[in-house]
Amino acid sequence: MSDLHSHTVAFVRDTMLPQKAPPGTSVGVVGWMRENLFSGWFNSLLTIAAMAFIYLVGSIILPWLISPTWQAESLGECREILAGLGREGHFGGACWGVIRDRWIQLLFGFYPPESYWRPILALVLLAVALAPVLFSDKVPRKLIWFSAISAFIMPWLLWGGTIWTPLAVIAGFVLAYFVYKAVDTAAGALAAIIAAVVAALVWWLFVMGPVSEALSSILPLGIEPVESRKFGGFMLSVTIGVVAIAGSLPLGIVLALGRQSDLPLVKAICVGFIEFIRGVPLITLLFVASTLLNIFLPPGTSFDIILRVIIMATLFASAYMAEVIRGGLAALPKGQYEGADSLGLDYWQSQRLVIMPQALKISIPGIVSTFIGLFKDTTLVSIIGLLDPLGLSNAIRADADWNGIVWELYGFIAFLFFVVCFGMSRYSMYLERKLQTGHR
Amino acid sequence: MKKSVFLGALTVAGLAAGAAAAGTLDDVKARGKLNCGVTTGLVGFAAPDANGNWEGFDVGVCRAVAAAVLGDPQAVEFVPTTGKTRFTALASGEVDMLARNTTWTFSRDVDLKFDFVGVNYYDGQGFMVPKALGVSSAKELDGATVCIQTGTTTELNLADFFRKNNISYEPVPIETNAEGQQQYLAGACDTYTTDASGLAATRASFENPSDHVVLPEIISKEPLGPLVRHGDNEWGDVVRWTLNALIAAEELGITSANIAELSEGTNNPEVNRILGTEGNLGEMLGVSADWAKNAIMAGGNYGELFEKTIGENTSIGLARGLNAQWTDGGLLYSPPFR
Repeated sequence: MSDLHSHTVAFVRDTMLPQKAPPGTSVGVVGWMRENLFSGWFNSLLTIAAMAFIYLVGSIILPWLISPTWQAESLGECREILAGLGREGHFGGACWGVIRDRWIQLLFGFYPPESYWRPILALVLLAVALAPVLFSDKVPRKLIWFSAISAFIMPWLLWGGTIWTPLAVIAGFVLAYFVYKAVDTAAGALAAIIAAVVAALVWWLFVMGPVSEALSSILPLGIEPVESRKFGGFMLSVTIGVVAIAGSLPLGIVLALGRQSDLPLVKAICVGFIEFIRGVPLITLLFVASTLLNIFLPPGTSFDIILRVIIMATLFASAYMAEVIRGGLAALPKGQYEGADSLGLDYWQSQRLVIMPQALKISIPGIVSTFIGLFKDTTLVSIIGLLDPLGLSNAIRADADWNGIVWELYGFIAFLFFVVCFGMSRYSMYLERKLQTGHR
Repeated sequence: MKKSVFLGALTVAGLAAGAAAAGTLDDVKARGKLNCGVTTGLVGFAAPDANGNWEGFDVGVCRAVAAAVLGDPQAVEFVPTTGKTRFTALASGEVDMLARNTTWTFSRDVDLKFDFVGVNYYDGQGFMVPKALGVSSAKELDGATVCIQTGTTTELNLADFFRKNNISYEPVPIETNAEGQQQYLAGACDTYTTDASGLAATRASFENPSDHVVLPEIISKEPLGPLVRHGDNEWGDVVRWTLNALIAAEELGITSANIAELSEGTNNPEVNRILGTEGNLGEMLGVSADWAKNAIMAGGNYGELFEKTIGENTSIGLARGLNAQWTDGGLLYSPPFR
């Protein structure tokens, strides 16, 4: 007898069995449900309770949503239609006629209808201009120049006026660039930056106006100007939101760096600014923009109300942005700073090449949260009498036809905001995955 | 380039305020547009339609003034103002006049430095209750929960009324009229109180208006009228007499239908003076001779405007009541055009 295993037991299988299909209770829908919904008596109980709740809510909301009132001309007509179907009472059905009647107004406010193509074109430009920023690996890099130029085209499209104004603004940047180059070789980087900023400011504040006026009197190229008062609805929210978002990120980075600066004056200014803005509610700032400035400025000075609001919203968001980015900076190990220094990079180089790419990556969720919060905060302008979607919903209710309509309007506005905010949130998750370098 | 004056202007703002405000009439004429402050939306009084055109009773006053000064009722820039921003908007010159159901009170007239040029609607605070509550007088509301807009004169009137009648109430603070409607319908309060015109509009929007009653007591005086800045009497006169022209036109039977005929000359000298075919009232006021004619043609006389926007044939269905001509037992009484 050998000691081989096969000789000591009665039976040994010497061929592999073919794989069997898993039991029916652990695959497919049934398997998924067993695993995820009914994996124990407690979970089963919770599942049933949740389903009952969803059914309860759905059975009220869905019939309300599905309501053949699209063509109605007034709330009374909606009620007649629903009464004709035997659906009466508080949950009888939505009155969608108000959305059909007013959706264009909710989107564009009081913008002249013959010029609707302008905000639409501006939105398309915005999408194209954002592509090289948001999806830098999928589109040609050269497109970034287009983005830079659209930043000047879009306001021109929205507010109209002569073409020379945006061109003169661009000329200011060109001027600043050449001043920087000239002074840089003569007197060093810091002096060059200061000289460039001063030159640009002088150009924008004192020279640009007469120059563009003169040019437009020679060659009057332009489109119909639209006053800020005509802005309203979702367009107003998007305008304020986009400008404030685009402005607050760079400003926030500068403030965050300034707060960590070794220069006491810079640090004091940045800390003071951030803490002041964060210590004051946005509403207060908006009231300052709308009423307090009015009292200090002489009557007749038209300092555009929307511009005032945009500036306030940008400053407000940039203070929060600075703190979010400071969090990213603080999360970087000290070795990164020292490594950059040991490579011989100067301050700006090390920030640009080593520190900021990592700090911003860490801060993405916080940055996008701030963006989303900022975008939703734009609805606060209804308090100072600007007709954003929420302000308009009140104005629409003041129409005797639609007085008493609440849920339909708020639902529609909420849907608009949800689409934008949800889009931003999904993009931030995509960006995080893309920039994932396996540190965790 | 207005920005260039920004800094220097700050220092002389006080001086400039006095100087620039002195010529609102000239400013409006130079601008070619009247900046008129209205509410952000109040049923019947001011609301934009689907095309963005403002309509309503207060809007009609704005259009009449624009027609009187500029000859064009459409030459108005409507500036929506909230209860919080309205007075600064007027004081700072952002708007030339306010026509936004603002109650004429002592402190607003004297302390806030405004001039109320007249009253275009006599309102008063009332109560609405569900019929099922079985209340027929506001004095029976002891212990009731009351939906009340915060920060308005209605809040103070309410406190006064209940204290005077030695009964108690529990306030349910709300922010907007829409919120008030919802809270009231949901039963969060026994009664909703606001201006009677607002109650009528709210009640009209209910699914079953007949289930609700507006109690007979009116507990406050709310004379609502257009107002202008203190100290610019020429402009104040223009707005005051435009409003008076609308009221007088109804009393004298001038309507938008017969105005073309009447302006060819009538036997009534006052009608002639109003319509500019006799005398030089327009010249005294600093506007064209047919100013009142334009104002009346903008939206009809006071009665026509009332009927079209808030009167008994509209869904709001307000009766003239105190807002009838003095000859019909109301309070409307325009000084003579002489």
